[in-house]
Amino acid sequence: MRRPKVIQHSVLGLGVLLSLFPFYWMVVMATNSTEEILKFPPAVTPGGELLTNVGKVFTEIDFFGSMLNTFLAATGATVLVLLFDSLAAFTFAKFHFPGRTFLFVLLLATMMIPPQLSAIPQFVVMAQFGWVGSLKALVVPATINAFGIFWMRQYIAGAVHDELLEAARLDGCGFLRQYWHVGLPVVRPALGFLGIYTFISVWNDYLWPLVVLVDPDELTLQVALGQLNRTHDTDYSMVMAGTVLAVIPLLIVFLIGARNFIADLAKGAVRG
Amino acid sequence: MRKYLPQYLAISPFFLLFGIFGLFPMLFLLYLAFQNWDGVGAMRFVGLDQFRYLVSDDVFWRSLVNTLEIWVLSTVPTLFLGLVIAFVLHSSVRFTTFYRIAYFVPSVTSLVAVAIVFGSIFSSNFGLLNAVLNALGAAEVPWLTSEWGIKVSISALIVWQWTGYNAIIYLAGLQAISSDVFDAATVDGASRWQTLWRIVIPMMKPVILFTVIASTIGGLQTFTEAQILVGEEGGPGQAGLTMVLYLYQQAFKHNDFGYGAAIGVGLFVVVLLFSIINWRLVQRGERA
Repeated sequence: MRRPKVIQHSVLGLGVLLSLFPFYWMVVMATNSTEEILKFPPAVTPGGELLTNVGKVFTEIDFFGSMLNTFLAATGATVLVLLFDSLAAFTFAKFHFPGRTFLFVLLLATMMIPPQLSAIPQFVVMAQFGWVGSLKALVVPATINAFGIFWMRQYIAGAVHDELLEAARLDGCGFLRQYWHVGLPVVRPALGFLGIYTFISVWNDYLWPLVVLVDPDELTLQVALGQLNRTHDTDYSMVMAGTVLAVIPLLIVFLIGARNFIADLAKGAVRG
Repeated sequence: MRKYLPQYLAISPFFLLFGIFGLFPMLFLLYLAFQNWDGVGAMRFVGLDQFRYLVSDDVFWRSLVNTLEIWVLSTVPTLFLGLVIAFVLHSSVRFTTFYRIAYFVPSVTSLVAVAIVFGSIFSSNFGLLNAVLNALGAAEVPWLTSEWGIKVSISALIVWQWTGYNAIIYLAGLQAISSDVFDAATVDGASRWQTLWRIVIPMMKPVILFTVIASTIGGLQTFTEAQILVGEEGGPGQAGLTMVLYLYQQAFKHNDFGYGAAIGVGLFVVVLLFSIINWRLVQRGERA
Protein backbone atom coordinates (compact mmCIF):
# COMPACT_ATOMS: atom_id res chain seq x y z
CA MET A 1 0.00 0.00 0.00
CA ARG A 2 2.74 2.44 0.95
CA ARG A 3 5.03 2.11 -2.02
CA PRO A 4 2.46 2.91 -4.73
CA LYS A 5 1.59 6.12 -2.84
CA VAL A 6 5.23 7.18 -2.90
CA ILE A 7 5.41 6.54 -6.64
CA GLN A 8 2.14 8.39 -7.21
CA HIS A 9 3.24 11.45 -5.33
CA SER A 10 6.64 11.42 -7.06
CA VAL A 11 4.96 11.38 -10.46
CA LEU A 12 2.53 14.12 -9.46
CA GLY A 13 5.28 16.11 -7.77
CA LEU A 14 7.47 15.99 -10.86
CA GLY A 15 4.51 17.21 -12.90
CA VAL A 16 3.95 20.08 -10.48
CA LEU A 17 7.63 21.05 -10.71
CA LEU A 18 7.46 21.15 -14.50
CA SER A 19 4.18 23.01 -14.35
CA LEU A 20 5.43 25.70 -12.00
CA PHE A 21 9.07 25.94 -13.09
CA PRO A 22 8.53 28.59 -15.80
CA PHE A 23 6.97 30.85 -13.16
CA TYR A 24 10.01 30.41 -10.93
CA TRP A 25 12.34 31.06 -13.84
CA MET A 26 10.36 34.16 -14.75
CA VAL A 27 10.92 35.48 -11.23
CA VAL A 28 14.63 34.55 -11.28
CA MET A 29 15.18 36.52 -14.46
CA ALA A 30 13.03 39.46 -13.38
CA THR A 31 14.97 39.84 -10.13
CA ASN A 32 18.49 39.57 -11.55
CA SER A 33 20.36 41.85 -13.90
CA THR A 34 20.70 40.77 -17.52
CA GLU A 35 24.46 40.29 -17.01
CA GLU A 36 23.77 37.82 -14.20
CA ILE A 37 21.48 35.82 -16.47
CA LEU A 38 23.80 35.77 -19.46
CA LYS A 39 26.98 34.79 -17.65
CA PHE A 40 27.92 31.14 -17.36
CA PRO A 41 26.72 29.48 -15.21
CA PRO A 42 23.68 31.78 -15.04
CA ALA A 43 21.99 32.96 -11.86
CA VAL A 44 19.46 30.34 -10.73
CA THR A 45 18.03 31.99 -7.62
CA PRO A 46 16.09 35.26 -7.24
CA GLY A 47 18.25 38.36 -6.97
CA GLY A 48 17.67 41.92 -5.80
CA GLU A 49 17.27 43.79 -9.07
CA LEU A 50 13.50 43.66 -9.36
CA LEU A 51 12.85 47.35 -8.70
CA THR A 52 15.52 48.47 -11.18
CA ASN A 53 14.02 46.21 -13.84
CA VAL A 54 10.47 47.30 -13.10
CA GLY A 55 11.56 50.93 -13.30
CA LYS A 56 12.96 50.30 -16.79
CA VAL A 57 9.66 48.68 -17.84
CA PHE A 58 7.73 51.78 -16.73
CA THR A 59 9.93 54.07 -18.80
CA GLU A 60 9.72 51.83 -21.89
CA ILE A 61 5.99 51.17 -22.04
CA ASP A 62 2.87 52.78 -20.64
CA PHE A 63 2.35 49.85 -18.31
CA PHE A 64 -0.52 51.17 -16.22
CA GLY A 65 -2.25 52.66 -19.25
CA SER A 66 -2.14 49.26 -20.99
CA MET A 67 -3.27 47.53 -17.84
CA LEU A 68 -6.22 49.90 -17.51
CA ASN A 69 -7.17 49.31 -21.15
CA THR A 70 -6.98 45.55 -20.65
CA PHE A 71 -8.98 45.76 -17.45
CA LEU A 72 -11.69 47.92 -19.03
CA ALA A 73 -12.00 45.68 -22.09
CA ALA A 74 -12.10 42.49 -20.02
CA THR A 75 -14.60 43.92 -17.51
CA GLY A 76 -16.86 45.37 -20.21
CA ALA A 77 -16.93 42.11 -22.13
CA THR A 78 -17.52 40.08 -18.97
CA VAL A 79 -20.49 42.16 -17.81
CA LEU A 80 -22.13 42.03 -21.23
CA VAL A 81 -21.48 38.30 -21.67
CA LEU A 82 -23.01 37.53 -18.28
CA LEU A 83 -26.09 39.60 -19.10
CA PHE A 84 -26.62 38.38 -22.67
CA ASP A 85 -25.72 34.76 -22.02
CA SER A 86 -27.75 34.27 -18.84
CA LEU A 87 -30.79 35.91 -20.42
CA ALA A 88 -30.53 33.85 -23.61
CA ALA A 89 -29.73 30.65 -21.71
CA PHE A 90 -32.68 31.17 -19.35
CA THR A 91 -34.97 31.67 -22.34
CA PHE A 92 -33.70 28.62 -24.23
CA ALA A 93 -33.85 26.44 -21.13
CA LYS A 94 -37.25 27.39 -19.72
CA PHE A 95 -39.51 28.79 -22.45
CA HIS A 96 -41.16 27.34 -25.51
CA PHE A 97 -41.41 29.51 -28.56
CA PRO A 98 -41.60 28.81 -32.29
CA GLY A 99 -38.18 28.10 -33.76
CA ARG A 100 -36.50 27.38 -30.41
CA THR A 101 -34.80 24.15 -31.46
CA PHE A 102 -33.74 25.56 -34.81
CA LEU A 103 -32.28 28.70 -33.27
CA PHE A 104 -30.41 26.70 -30.64
CA VAL A 105 -28.88 24.39 -33.25
CA LEU A 106 -27.96 27.48 -35.26
CA LEU A 107 -26.26 28.88 -32.17
CA LEU A 108 -24.28 25.67 -31.70
CA ALA A 109 -23.28 25.71 -35.36
CA THR A 110 -21.72 29.16 -34.96
CA MET A 111 -19.16 27.59 -32.62
CA MET A 112 -17.68 25.81 -35.65
CA ILE A 113 -16.33 29.06 -37.09
CA PRO A 114 -12.76 29.61 -35.93
CA PRO A 115 -12.55 33.17 -34.57
CA GLN A 116 -8.93 33.75 -35.68
CA LEU A 117 -10.09 33.44 -39.27
CA SER A 118 -12.19 36.56 -39.23
CA ALA A 119 -9.36 38.89 -38.14
CA ILE A 120 -9.09 40.41 -41.64
CA PRO A 121 -12.77 41.04 -42.44
CA GLN A 122 -13.52 42.01 -38.85
CA PHE A 123 -10.80 44.62 -39.08
CA VAL A 124 -12.52 46.01 -42.18
CA VAL A 125 -15.88 46.08 -40.35
CA MET A 126 -14.25 47.94 -37.45
CA ALA A 127 -12.74 50.42 -39.89
CA GLN A 128 -16.23 51.08 -41.29
CA PHE A 129 -17.56 51.71 -37.78
CA GLY A 130 -14.60 53.94 -36.98
CA TRP A 131 -13.73 51.61 -34.09
CA VAL A 132 -10.15 50.78 -35.10
CA GLY A 133 -7.89 51.65 -32.20
CA SER A 134 -10.77 51.82 -29.74
CA LEU A 135 -11.64 49.49 -26.88
CA LYS A 136 -15.13 49.01 -28.37
CA ALA A 137 -13.43 46.88 -31.02
CA LEU A 138 -12.23 44.54 -28.27
CA VAL A 139 -15.39 44.47 -26.16
CA VAL A 140 -18.20 44.07 -28.67
CA PRO A 141 -16.99 40.99 -30.63
CA ALA A 142 -16.03 39.34 -27.33
CA THR A 143 -19.67 39.44 -26.22
CA ILE A 144 -20.55 36.83 -28.87
CA ASN A 145 -20.23 33.72 -26.76
CA ALA A 146 -22.20 30.74 -27.97
CA PHE A 147 -20.31 28.45 -25.61
CA GLY A 148 -21.48 30.54 -22.64
CA ILE A 149 -25.12 30.29 -23.67
CA PHE A 150 -24.82 26.56 -24.31
CA TRP A 151 -23.03 25.92 -21.03
CA MET A 152 -25.40 28.01 -18.97
CA ARG A 153 -28.48 26.54 -20.61
CA GLN A 154 -27.37 23.10 -19.42
CA TYR A 155 -26.95 24.50 -15.94
CA ILE A 156 -30.29 26.34 -15.82
CA ALA A 157 -32.24 23.39 -17.20
CA GLY A 158 -31.36 21.41 -14.09
CA ALA A 159 -31.04 24.12 -11.47
CA VAL A 160 -34.15 26.25 -12.01
CA HIS A 161 -37.35 24.39 -11.17
CA ASP A 162 -40.40 24.82 -13.36
CA GLU A 163 -42.70 24.89 -10.30
CA LEU A 164 -40.87 27.95 -9.05
CA LEU A 165 -41.36 29.75 -12.36
CA GLU A 166 -45.00 28.67 -12.45
CA ALA A 167 -45.50 30.12 -8.97
CA ALA A 168 -43.85 33.37 -10.05
CA ARG A 169 -46.11 33.50 -13.10
CA LEU A 170 -49.22 33.03 -10.94
CA ASP A 171 -48.01 35.89 -8.79
CA GLY A 172 -48.08 38.04 -11.90
CA CYS A 173 -44.36 38.10 -12.67
CA GLY A 174 -43.64 38.94 -16.29
CA PHE A 175 -40.78 37.42 -18.28
CA LEU A 176 -38.10 39.81 -17.13
CA ARG A 177 -39.05 39.55 -13.47
CA GLN A 178 -39.02 35.77 -13.66
CA TYR A 179 -35.50 36.02 -15.06
CA TRP A 180 -34.38 38.53 -12.46
CA HIS A 181 -36.01 37.08 -9.34
CA VAL A 182 -36.11 33.35 -10.02
CA GLY A 183 -33.54 32.56 -12.72
CA LEU A 184 -30.64 34.80 -11.85
CA PRO A 185 -30.30 33.98 -8.12
CA VAL A 186 -30.20 30.26 -8.87
CA VAL A 187 -27.51 30.52 -11.57
CA ARG A 188 -25.14 32.70 -9.56
CA PRO A 189 -22.46 29.93 -9.30
CA ALA A 190 -22.61 29.47 -13.06
CA LEU A 191 -22.19 33.22 -13.54
CA GLY A 192 -19.02 33.04 -11.45
CA PHE A 193 -17.48 30.47 -13.75
CA LEU A 194 -18.50 32.16 -16.99
CA GLY A 195 -17.36 35.51 -15.64
CA ILE A 196 -13.86 34.33 -14.76
CA TYR A 197 -13.63 32.42 -18.04
CA THR A 198 -14.58 35.46 -20.12
CA PHE A 199 -12.38 37.84 -18.15
CA ILE A 200 -9.34 35.57 -18.56
CA SER A 201 -9.95 35.03 -22.29
CA VAL A 202 -10.23 38.73 -23.07
CA TRP A 203 -7.32 39.62 -20.77
CA ASN A 204 -5.03 37.11 -22.50
CA ASP A 205 -6.20 37.64 -26.07
CA TYR A 206 -3.36 38.61 -28.38
CA LEU A 207 -3.99 38.39 -32.15
CA TRP A 208 -7.11 40.53 -32.28
CA PRO A 209 -5.87 43.43 -30.13
CA LEU A 210 -2.54 43.22 -32.00
CA VAL A 211 -4.44 43.78 -35.24
CA VAL A 212 -7.05 46.30 -34.20
CA LEU A 213 -5.21 48.53 -31.71
CA VAL A 214 -3.20 50.65 -34.11
CA ASP A 215 -2.31 53.49 -31.77
CA PRO A 216 0.99 52.58 -30.04
CA ASP A 217 -0.11 54.58 -26.98
CA GLU A 218 -3.36 52.65 -26.59
CA LEU A 219 -2.48 48.98 -26.26
CA THR A 220 -3.49 46.06 -24.11
CA LEU A 221 -1.01 44.47 -21.76
CA GLN A 222 -0.36 41.48 -24.02
CA VAL A 223 0.37 43.62 -27.06
CA ALA A 224 2.58 45.98 -25.04
CA LEU A 225 4.43 42.96 -23.66
CA GLY A 226 4.92 41.49 -27.13
CA GLN A 227 6.27 44.83 -28.30
CA LEU A 228 8.62 45.09 -25.33
CA ASN A 229 9.92 41.62 -26.13
CA ARG A 230 10.46 42.47 -29.80
CA THR A 231 12.18 45.80 -29.33
CA HIS A 232 14.35 44.91 -26.31
CA ASP A 233 15.13 41.28 -26.89
CA THR A 234 18.60 41.69 -25.41
CA ASP A 235 17.43 43.04 -22.05
CA TYR A 236 15.97 39.81 -20.69
CA SER A 237 15.59 41.05 -17.13
CA MET A 238 13.53 44.06 -18.08
CA VAL A 239 11.27 42.04 -20.37
CA MET A 240 10.79 39.43 -17.64
CA ALA A 241 9.95 42.09 -15.08
CA GLY A 242 7.20 43.25 -17.43
CA THR A 243 6.09 39.66 -17.88
CA VAL A 244 5.85 39.07 -14.13
CA LEU A 245 3.85 42.26 -13.68
CA ALA A 246 1.48 41.27 -16.47
CA VAL A 247 0.90 37.76 -15.13
CA ILE A 248 0.29 38.55 -11.46
CA PRO A 249 -3.12 40.32 -11.61
CA LEU A 250 -4.66 37.48 -13.57
CA LEU A 251 -3.18 34.82 -11.32
CA ILE A 252 -4.86 36.56 -8.39
CA VAL A 253 -8.23 36.59 -10.18
CA PHE A 254 -7.78 32.92 -10.99
CA LEU A 255 -6.64 31.81 -7.55
CA ILE A 256 -9.60 33.52 -5.85
CA GLY A 257 -12.06 31.38 -7.75
CA ALA A 258 -9.78 28.47 -8.66
CA ARG A 259 -11.46 25.66 -6.72
CA ASN A 260 -14.95 26.20 -8.05
CA PHE A 261 -13.72 27.32 -11.44
CA ILE A 262 -11.82 24.09 -12.13
CA ALA A 263 -14.69 21.93 -10.87
CA ASP A 264 -17.23 23.77 -13.07
CA LEU A 265 -15.05 23.60 -16.15
CA ALA A 266 -14.47 19.88 -15.73
CA LYS A 267 -18.17 19.21 -15.18
CA GLY A 268 -19.08 21.22 -18.27
CA ALA A 269 -16.64 19.31 -20.45
CA VAL A 270 -17.83 15.92 -19.26
CA ARG A 271 -21.48 16.79 -19.74
CA GLY A 272 -20.96 18.49 -23.10
CA MET B 1 -45.99 35.64 -32.47
CA ARG B 2 -46.44 38.81 -30.39
CA LYS B 3 -46.79 36.87 -27.20
CA TYR B 4 -43.29 35.47 -27.69
CA LEU B 5 -41.76 38.90 -28.19
CA PRO B 6 -39.92 38.97 -24.81
CA GLN B 7 -38.31 35.60 -25.57
CA TYR B 8 -37.16 36.66 -29.02
CA LEU B 9 -35.80 39.91 -27.62
CA ALA B 10 -33.97 37.99 -24.90
CA ILE B 11 -32.08 35.83 -27.37
CA SER B 12 -31.65 38.56 -29.99
CA PRO B 13 -28.36 40.13 -28.79
CA PHE B 14 -26.41 37.00 -29.65
CA PHE B 15 -27.92 36.63 -33.11
CA LEU B 16 -27.66 40.34 -33.96
CA LEU B 17 -24.04 40.59 -32.82
CA PHE B 18 -23.14 37.33 -34.48
CA GLY B 19 -24.68 38.56 -37.71
CA ILE B 20 -22.63 41.75 -37.70
CA PHE B 21 -19.35 40.56 -36.18
CA GLY B 22 -19.37 36.84 -37.04
CA LEU B 23 -21.38 35.89 -40.11
CA PHE B 24 -20.92 39.04 -42.16
CA PRO B 25 -17.11 39.02 -41.74
CA MET B 26 -17.00 35.39 -42.91
CA LEU B 27 -18.92 36.24 -46.09
CA PHE B 28 -16.84 39.35 -46.54
CA LEU B 29 -13.68 37.23 -46.24
CA LEU B 30 -14.84 35.22 -49.24
CA TYR B 31 -15.55 38.44 -51.15
CA LEU B 32 -12.13 39.86 -50.29
CA ALA B 33 -10.41 36.73 -51.56
CA PHE B 34 -11.53 37.69 -55.08
CA GLN B 35 -10.03 41.17 -54.82
CA ASN B 36 -6.65 42.76 -54.96
CA TRP B 37 -6.54 45.21 -52.07
CA ASP B 38 -3.87 46.89 -49.98
CA GLY B 39 -6.33 47.81 -47.25
CA VAL B 40 -6.37 51.51 -48.15
CA GLY B 41 -6.86 52.15 -51.88
CA ALA B 42 -9.58 50.89 -54.21
CA MET B 43 -10.31 47.18 -54.49
CA ARG B 44 -9.76 45.53 -57.83
CA PHE B 45 -11.65 42.37 -58.79
CA VAL B 46 -9.17 39.70 -59.86
CA GLY B 47 -11.39 36.64 -60.11
CA LEU B 48 -9.67 33.44 -59.06
CA ASP B 49 -6.13 34.86 -59.29
CA GLN B 50 -5.55 34.80 -55.53
CA PHE B 51 -6.59 31.15 -55.33
CA ARG B 52 -4.51 30.24 -58.36
CA TYR B 53 -1.54 31.79 -56.63
CA LEU B 54 -2.46 30.10 -53.34
CA VAL B 55 -2.36 26.54 -54.71
CA SER B 56 1.00 27.18 -56.36
CA ASP B 57 2.43 29.02 -53.35
CA ASP B 58 5.06 26.82 -51.69
CA VAL B 59 4.99 28.99 -48.59
CA PHE B 60 1.27 28.38 -48.11
CA TRP B 61 1.74 24.61 -48.31
CA ARG B 62 4.72 24.85 -46.00
CA SER B 63 2.58 26.75 -43.48
CA LEU B 64 -0.07 24.03 -43.71
CA VAL B 65 2.51 21.27 -43.16
CA ASN B 66 4.11 23.25 -40.31
CA THR B 67 0.73 23.70 -38.63
CA LEU B 68 -0.11 20.00 -38.88
CA GLU B 69 3.35 18.90 -37.71
CA ILE B 70 3.22 21.20 -34.70
CA TRP B 71 -0.33 20.04 -34.03
CA VAL B 72 0.71 16.36 -33.93
CA LEU B 73 3.91 17.07 -31.99
CA SER B 74 1.94 18.93 -29.35
CA THR B 75 -1.43 17.15 -29.19
CA VAL B 76 -0.19 13.57 -28.85
CA PRO B 77 2.02 14.20 -25.78
CA THR B 78 -0.53 16.62 -24.28
CA LEU B 79 -3.40 14.16 -24.34
CA PHE B 80 -1.26 11.15 -23.38
CA LEU B 81 0.39 12.89 -20.42
CA GLY B 82 -2.98 14.37 -19.47
CA LEU B 83 -4.45 10.86 -19.25
CA VAL B 84 -1.51 9.59 -17.19
CA ILE B 85 -1.79 12.47 -14.72
CA ALA B 86 -5.56 12.00 -14.50
CA PHE B 87 -5.16 8.30 -13.67
CA VAL B 88 -2.59 9.00 -10.98
CA LEU B 89 -4.67 11.85 -9.54
CA HIS B 90 -7.73 9.62 -9.56
CA SER B 91 -6.09 6.92 -7.47
CA SER B 92 -4.50 9.36 -5.03
CA VAL B 93 -6.54 11.00 -2.31
CA ARG B 94 -4.37 13.64 -0.67
CA PHE B 95 -3.56 17.17 -1.81
CA THR B 96 -5.82 16.86 -4.85
CA THR B 97 -6.90 20.51 -4.66
CA PHE B 98 -3.29 21.64 -4.61
CA TYR B 99 -2.39 19.38 -7.54
CA ARG B 100 -5.37 20.51 -9.55
CA ILE B 101 -4.58 24.18 -9.13
CA ALA B 102 -0.88 23.67 -9.87
CA TYR B 103 -1.69 21.72 -13.04
CA PHE B 104 -4.35 24.13 -14.17
CA VAL B 105 -2.44 27.39 -13.72
CA PRO B 106 -0.50 27.18 -17.03
CA SER B 107 -3.72 27.15 -19.08
CA VAL B 108 -4.97 30.45 -17.65
CA THR B 109 -1.62 32.22 -17.82
CA SER B 110 -1.05 34.76 -20.58
CA LEU B 111 0.31 32.97 -23.63
CA VAL B 112 2.42 35.98 -24.57
CA ALA B 113 4.06 35.90 -21.14
CA VAL B 114 4.84 32.18 -21.15
CA ALA B 115 6.02 32.32 -24.76
CA ILE B 116 8.54 34.98 -23.71
CA VAL B 117 9.71 32.77 -20.83
CA PHE B 118 10.00 29.73 -23.13
CA GLY B 119 11.87 31.89 -25.60
CA SER B 120 14.53 32.55 -22.99
CA ILE B 121 14.64 28.91 -21.86
CA PHE B 122 15.05 27.62 -25.43
CA SER B 123 17.25 30.47 -26.66
CA SER B 124 20.13 29.05 -28.71
CA ASN B 125 22.84 31.29 -27.26
CA PHE B 126 22.07 31.99 -23.63
CA GLY B 127 19.12 29.72 -23.00
CA LEU B 128 18.73 27.76 -19.80
CA LEU B 129 18.19 24.48 -21.61
CA ASN B 130 21.44 24.74 -23.55
CA ALA B 131 23.27 25.83 -20.39
CA VAL B 132 22.01 22.66 -18.69
CA LEU B 133 22.97 20.51 -21.70
CA ASN B 134 26.37 22.16 -21.69
CA ALA B 135 26.87 21.50 -17.98
CA LEU B 136 25.96 17.86 -18.52
CA GLY B 137 28.54 17.65 -21.26
CA ALA B 138 25.94 17.17 -23.99
CA ALA B 139 25.91 19.03 -27.28
CA GLU B 140 23.89 22.24 -27.46
CA VAL B 141 20.81 22.18 -29.64
CA PRO B 142 19.92 25.11 -31.93
CA TRP B 143 16.36 25.15 -30.56
CA LEU B 144 15.08 28.36 -32.10
CA THR B 145 17.34 28.43 -35.15
CA SER B 146 16.78 25.01 -36.74
CA GLU B 147 13.72 23.50 -38.36
CA TRP B 148 12.92 20.75 -35.87
CA GLY B 149 14.22 22.79 -32.96
CA ILE B 150 11.62 25.44 -33.71
CA LYS B 151 8.81 22.93 -34.05
CA VAL B 152 9.79 21.11 -30.88
CA SER B 153 10.05 24.38 -28.94
CA ILE B 154 6.61 25.59 -30.05
CA SER B 155 5.14 22.16 -29.30
CA ALA B 156 6.80 22.03 -25.88
CA LEU B 157 5.13 25.31 -25.02
CA ILE B 158 1.72 23.96 -26.07
CA VAL B 159 2.26 20.71 -24.16
CA TRP B 160 3.27 22.66 -21.07
CA GLN B 161 0.23 24.92 -21.26
CA TRP B 162 -2.49 22.34 -21.97
CA THR B 163 -1.49 19.03 -20.33
CA GLY B 164 -2.87 19.98 -16.92
CA TYR B 165 -6.07 21.36 -18.40
CA ASN B 166 -6.73 18.09 -20.19
CA ALA B 167 -5.78 16.09 -17.11
CA ILE B 168 -8.45 17.92 -15.09
CA ILE B 169 -11.07 17.16 -17.73
CA TYR B 170 -10.06 13.49 -17.91
CA LEU B 171 -10.15 13.34 -14.12
CA ALA B 172 -13.76 14.56 -14.16
CA GLY B 173 -14.52 11.87 -16.74
CA LEU B 174 -12.94 9.20 -14.53
CA GLN B 175 -14.85 10.38 -11.50
CA ALA B 176 -18.10 10.15 -13.45
CA ILE B 177 -17.52 6.39 -13.85
CA SER B 178 -19.30 4.65 -11.00
CA SER B 179 -17.04 2.78 -8.56
CA ASP B 180 -19.38 -0.21 -8.99
CA VAL B 181 -17.86 -0.69 -12.43
CA PHE B 182 -14.36 -0.96 -10.97
CA ASP B 183 -15.59 -3.28 -8.20
CA ALA B 184 -17.33 -5.54 -10.70
CA ALA B 185 -14.20 -5.71 -12.81
CA THR B 186 -12.13 -6.67 -9.77
CA VAL B 187 -14.64 -9.34 -8.75
CA ASP B 188 -14.53 -10.77 -12.27
CA GLY B 189 -10.76 -11.02 -11.95
CA ALA B 190 -9.80 -8.37 -14.47
CA SER B 191 -6.22 -7.13 -14.18
CA ARG B 192 -5.55 -3.40 -13.83
CA TRP B 193 -4.35 -3.28 -17.41
CA GLN B 194 -7.51 -5.02 -18.65
CA THR B 195 -9.69 -2.69 -16.61
CA LEU B 196 -7.92 0.27 -18.16
CA TRP B 197 -8.14 -0.82 -21.80
CA ARG B 198 -11.44 -2.71 -21.80
CA ILE B 199 -13.49 -0.59 -19.42
CA VAL B 200 -12.06 2.79 -18.55
CA ILE B 201 -10.86 3.96 -21.98
CA PRO B 202 -14.10 2.94 -23.77
CA MET B 203 -16.19 4.70 -21.11
CA MET B 204 -14.01 7.79 -21.42
CA LYS B 205 -14.48 7.97 -25.18
CA PRO B 206 -16.83 11.00 -25.22
CA VAL B 207 -14.47 12.97 -22.97
CA ILE B 208 -11.43 12.01 -25.01
CA LEU B 209 -13.24 13.06 -28.18
CA PHE B 210 -14.07 16.41 -26.59
CA THR B 211 -10.39 17.03 -25.88
CA VAL B 212 -9.36 15.87 -29.36
CA ILE B 213 -11.83 18.28 -30.97
CA ALA B 214 -10.76 21.16 -28.72
CA SER B 215 -7.09 20.45 -29.46
CA THR B 216 -7.78 20.32 -33.19
CA ILE B 217 -9.58 23.65 -33.26
CA GLY B 218 -6.86 25.22 -31.10
CA GLY B 219 -3.97 23.56 -32.94
CA LEU B 220 -5.05 24.66 -36.40
CA GLN B 221 -5.13 28.25 -35.15
CA THR B 222 -1.67 28.31 -33.55
CA PHE B 223 -0.36 31.84 -33.80
CA THR B 224 0.91 33.53 -30.63
CA GLU B 225 3.43 30.80 -29.73
CA ALA B 226 5.08 31.08 -33.14
CA GLN B 227 4.90 34.87 -33.43
CA ILE B 228 6.59 35.42 -30.06
CA LEU B 229 9.14 32.59 -30.33
CA VAL B 230 10.35 33.03 -33.92
CA GLY B 231 8.75 36.26 -35.17
CA GLU B 232 6.50 37.32 -38.03
CA GLU B 233 8.46 35.60 -40.80
CA GLY B 234 8.39 32.23 -39.03
CA GLY B 235 12.10 31.99 -38.20
CA PRO B 236 14.91 30.23 -40.12
CA GLY B 237 13.53 28.16 -42.99
CA GLN B 238 10.06 29.48 -42.09
CA ALA B 239 9.80 26.42 -39.85
CA GLY B 240 7.56 28.22 -37.40
CA LEU B 241 5.29 29.80 -40.00
CA THR B 242 1.80 28.53 -39.13
CA MET B 243 -1.24 29.21 -41.30
CA VAL B 244 -2.63 31.95 -39.07
CA LEU B 245 0.82 33.54 -38.83
CA TYR B 246 1.09 33.54 -42.64
CA LEU B 247 -2.38 35.09 -42.89
CA TYR B 248 -1.43 37.76 -40.37
CA GLN B 249 1.89 38.46 -42.10
CA GLN B 250 0.36 38.83 -45.57
CA ALA B 251 -2.59 40.99 -44.52
CA PHE B 252 -1.25 43.15 -41.74
CA LYS B 253 2.50 43.28 -42.39
CA HIS B 254 2.59 43.22 -46.19
CA ASN B 255 -0.80 44.94 -46.60
CA ASP B 256 -2.01 42.27 -49.00
CA PHE B 257 -5.56 41.90 -47.73
CA GLY B 258 -6.81 40.01 -50.78
CA TYR B 259 -4.19 37.30 -50.50
CA GLY B 260 -4.55 37.20 -46.72
CA ALA B 261 -8.27 36.55 -47.25
CA ALA B 262 -7.46 33.74 -49.71
CA ILE B 263 -5.23 32.14 -47.06
CA GLY B 264 -8.15 32.55 -44.66
CA VAL B 265 -10.44 30.68 -47.05
CA GLY B 266 -7.80 27.95 -47.36
CA LEU B 267 -7.57 27.69 -43.59
CA PHE B 268 -11.35 27.54 -43.37
CA VAL B 269 -11.42 24.58 -45.77
CA VAL B 270 -8.82 22.78 -43.64
CA VAL B 271 -10.78 23.46 -40.45
CA LEU B 272 -13.98 22.27 -42.15
CA LEU B 273 -12.25 19.08 -43.29
CA PHE B 274 -11.03 18.33 -39.77
CA SER B 275 -14.44 19.18 -38.31
CA ILE B 276 -16.04 16.62 -40.63
CA ILE B 277 -13.48 13.99 -39.61
CA ASN B 278 -14.07 14.80 -35.94
CA TRP B 279 -17.81 14.70 -36.45
CA ARG B 280 -17.56 11.25 -38.05
CA LEU B 281 -15.47 10.10 -35.10
CA VAL B 282 -18.09 11.40 -32.67
CA GLN B 283 -20.83 9.56 -34.56
CA ARG B 284 -18.85 6.34 -34.47
CA GLY B 285 -18.16 6.92 -30.78
CA GLU B 286 -21.87 7.26 -30.08
CA ARG B 287 -22.79 4.10 -31.87
CA ALA B 288 -20.11 2.07 -30.11
